[in-house]
Amino acid sequence: MASLDDLKKRIASVKSTQKITKAMKMVAAAKLRRAQESAERGRPYSEKMNNIILNLSNGISDKENAPKLLSGTGENKTHLCVVMTSDRGLCGGFNSNIIKKAKSHFSKILNEGKQLKIITVGSKGNDQLKRVYGDKIIKNISFKESKNANYFDADKVGRIIIEKFEAGEFDICTIFFNQFKNVITQLPQAQQIIPLNNEEDNNNSDESYEFEPDEDEILSNLLPKNISTQIFKAMLENSASEQGSRMSAMDNATRNAGEMVDKLTIEYNRSRQAAITKELIEIISGAESL
Amino acid sequence: MSEEFKIEIVNPEKSFLVKEDVLEVVVPAFEGEMGILKDHISIISFLKPGIIKVFSKSGDENYYVEDGIIEFKNNNLSILTSTIFSVKDLDKSKQVDLLKKAEAEASKSEMSDQAKYLADQKVEVLRSIN
Repeated sequence: MASLDDLKKRIASVKSTQKITKAMKMVAAAKLRRAQESAERGRPYSEKMNNIILNLSNGISDKENAPKLLSGTGENKTHLCVVMTSDRGLCGGFNSNIIKKAKSHFSKILNEGKQLKIITVGSKGNDQLKRVYGDKIIKNISFKESKNANYFDADKVGRIIIEKFEAGEFDICTIFFNQFKNVITQLPQAQQIIPLNNEEDNNNSDESYEFEPDEDEILSNLLPKNISTQIFKAMLENSASEQGSRMSAMDNATRNAGEMVDKLTIEYNRSRQAAITKELIEIISGAESL
Repeated sequence: MSEEFKIEIVNPEKSFLVKEDVLEVVVPAFEGEMGILKDHISIISFLKPGIIKVFSKSGDENYYVEDGIIEFKNNNLSILTSTIFSVKDLDKSKQVDLLKKAEAEASKSEMSDQAKYLADQKVEVLRSIN
């Protein structure tokens, strides 16, 4: 059994760990509120953008010559996967969930004999992926300096993707991020952004629009913007998810530390008592022998 | 019959403005200013740098935008833009800032005609706000 002194030290150290996790939880809770708000406020923009593009692509007259960002290159050889994770750890399963989702997608692609290229956004994803897929990672982007997700950063990522697409480096682009559902639940998502998935294609397409200038020009301007918008949305969802995940992870950690302190305290008291009893017995038996 | 329709201006960060009692909106569309009244035909268009004028029952407002897309459908006007400022709240220093940036952009030597036109437009509009 550990000595009294050792137990005392352990209790103190667990207590101070508990203080840290408690503080982190509270910070995460405060940040979560803000992140959640901005994620919710950001949703209308990306939804509207999607709607407009949907309406546009329905209205486009000549599907053959549609911009490549919309219809794809017509091939399906090289996949680009953008894995968006956080820059900081201690947030429970947040990063691992994305990585898990991404990895299963990767092995599917590789099994089909297609080429894989990876861009990681956020350093944690890069750390976890570089061991296995190190040779596939073509770029790592990190926004450690920016405090909150902002459109400017998203636009930067979007530009890089479009640049690579125009250089013919890939055919299909998918982004991975965590969608924020609530504090306990975050859903890892894989969303294809190039070419655009038009599954719900045939809704109310009778509506005819007037376009100014013409459809093609609007589309070719709008599609790159849409990519940035989708990435921005992913960043917002991600940052809300990160804080939510961190908050529940830290909450758990605080609770576990509390349990541990209780257990250790009982053990400490027991051994203290045992030591006293032992001492008493020694004194009494010493007195008897006289 | 009422002559009102709904306007919603959103930027990537948030829903910037929502109003239900709008009578007329003038937007700086790509091919010239365009006034939109109730029951306008469905339209999608780009914006160039300029002033969006919103006339509503609860007062008139002006907004400065640098780019954007508008969609009008079923008496809902949606404006998506990345840069928007209310002219009323735009203080002098901010305006000078924007103007400087725009001027720098306009004075770049190598750019397409279209980009040049947009940059010039920005400068002109910003100067006119004074």
